[in-house]
Amino acid sequence: MDKDLTIGQYYPADSAIHALDPRTKLIATLIYIISLFIFDNWGYVLGIAFLAAVIIISKVPFSYMLKGLKSIAFILILTMLFNLFLTPGTVLWQAGVFHITREGLKMAIELGIRLVALILGASIMTLTTTPNKLTDGMESLFGPLKVFHVPVHEIAMMMSIALRFIPILMEETDKIKKAQMARGADFESGNLFVRAKAMVPLLVPLFVSAFRRANDLAMAMEARCYHGGEGRTQMKPLHYHGNDVAAFVIICAYLAAAITMHAIAGW
Amino acid sequence: MSLKLDHVNYTYGIGSAYEMHALRDVSLEIPDGQFVGIIGHTGSGKSTLIQHFNALMQPTSGTVSWNGEDVWADGYDRRSLRFHVGLVFQYPEYQLFEEDVLTDVMFGPKNQGLSKEDQQKRAEDALKLVGVPEELYRKSPFDLSGGQKRRVAIAGVLAMEPSVLVLDEPTAGLDPRGRDEILDQVKYLQEQRSITVVLVSHSMEDVAKYVERLIVMNRGEKVFDDTPEAVFDHYLELEQMGLAAPQMTYLMHELSDNGLDVDIHADTVETAEKSILQALKKRAGEI
Repeated sequence: MDKDLTIGQYYPADSAIHALDPRTKLIATLIYIISLFIFDNWGYVLGIAFLAAVIIISKVPFSYMLKGLKSIAFILILTMLFNLFLTPGTVLWQAGVFHITREGLKMAIELGIRLVALILGASIMTLTTTPNKLTDGMESLFGPLKVFHVPVHEIAMMMSIALRFIPILMEETDKIKKAQMARGADFESGNLFVRAKAMVPLLVPLFVSAFRRANDLAMAMEARCYHGGEGRTQMKPLHYHGNDVAAFVIICAYLAAAITMHAIAGW
Repeated sequence: MSLKLDHVNYTYGIGSAYEMHALRDVSLEIPDGQFVGIIGHTGSGKSTLIQHFNALMQPTSGTVSWNGEDVWADGYDRRSLRFHVGLVFQYPEYQLFEEDVLTDVMFGPKNQGLSKEDQQKRAEDALKLVGVPEELYRKSPFDLSGGQKRRVAIAGVLAMEPSVLVLDEPTAGLDPRGRDEILDQVKYLQEQRSITVVLVSHSMEDVAKYVERLIVMNRGEKVFDDTPEAVFDHYLELEQMGLAAPQMTYLMHELSDNGLDVDIHADTVETAEKSILQALKKRAGEI
């Protein structure tokens, strides 16, 4: 089974981060992402140290988090290369049309760190929060938008279903792929065009099955009288606890430290 | 042309929180022409085991060999192995994808590199074997009923004319008639074309009726590997694994315990009937 896709997946463990209210984690993640854009030079050390501390507390194995990075490695490297070669400034190295500038080098490194920290920060949230809790948290946080007729509940429900279906569809893909390989299908060799064509026996059954599952799910929801968010109560309503207050204090202190260091020391 | 597994282990998700030993030290050999049954509780490693048969899964340790050659050796053509060891997955109807039934069944032979005529001939033969009527050949596979889709999917593997046919719960979710038809057809194939058949099943009745050798899997280990009669003698142990012997085995044991001289190894309705009648006659003769 292809277990490389860890973005958006839950990692069960018993840690202080897992126990936090999903809203706390959402807000904290947002604050952390904002903090990444404050830093200039040395501030990233602070950002990474903070992230490392959170990862250690969360008990999610670091190797597991790195796997999540693999899927974005291509975009990451591409973005870094663009910045490295295309930023104007003091030229450090030149070969033909290619040149590396001091500014480009700095930009590429900063951007790389920023992106990695951003992805890791966000995946800490999804890895320590079940999809259900995550969407409950979003629904609650975006609740005020209902005044403007934003279908907050429906959006949250769609998100939770989409997240819930990722592992199911992954498994399904794996099954169909193996079934076709058992009939001699070859997904690995040939040029791009041949390979794209070889995907047809995989994609057609996958889509058919996705639609079938969607239909079944819709029917099962209706059979249980689901009719949208109106008047819907929750079995486990969200409550903030002492640890959430502590978490807010810590993340705010971190943000304050980040701003102060940036303003005073130019970090 | 035998298939051999030697001390095969398989572990899922090594090093993660989901690590699981799906197979533990499994060794077995399947000679030509045998009708083998594999039973086991859900999660006992049956499906993992059969995916080692055609090299869809690579053992964590141990070797899988076909005709004495290690299929995971460098440069071994595992794709052509899959034409020899045909594997029909559970609910195979979900793998159908072509515009019409015939083209879908031709997918296997096409991958084998056969000519268009041969592909079509193979496909038609296979469809005939599983009992799909000719008027359905040009229909979309998605318009067929569940049972017909299942037959088409099985034909898709049969069309490759494998020498070993592995079926994972081929009758799950079918009605009794569809079930008997498909299994009778498989038995016919095994006898007429002398192919090897491996049947994974939950149904003790099916296993008792068709197979000549029975492998029982429990928690990734091979627990029993013998004739069905000999395996069903351990019916109390089977129950502890969440399995059971066929209904008839229970009946025959009960009768035998109560003093009727019946064959406790009779495990199908037919053999049980014969044995009971014989015992009754014998008793009547004695009186």
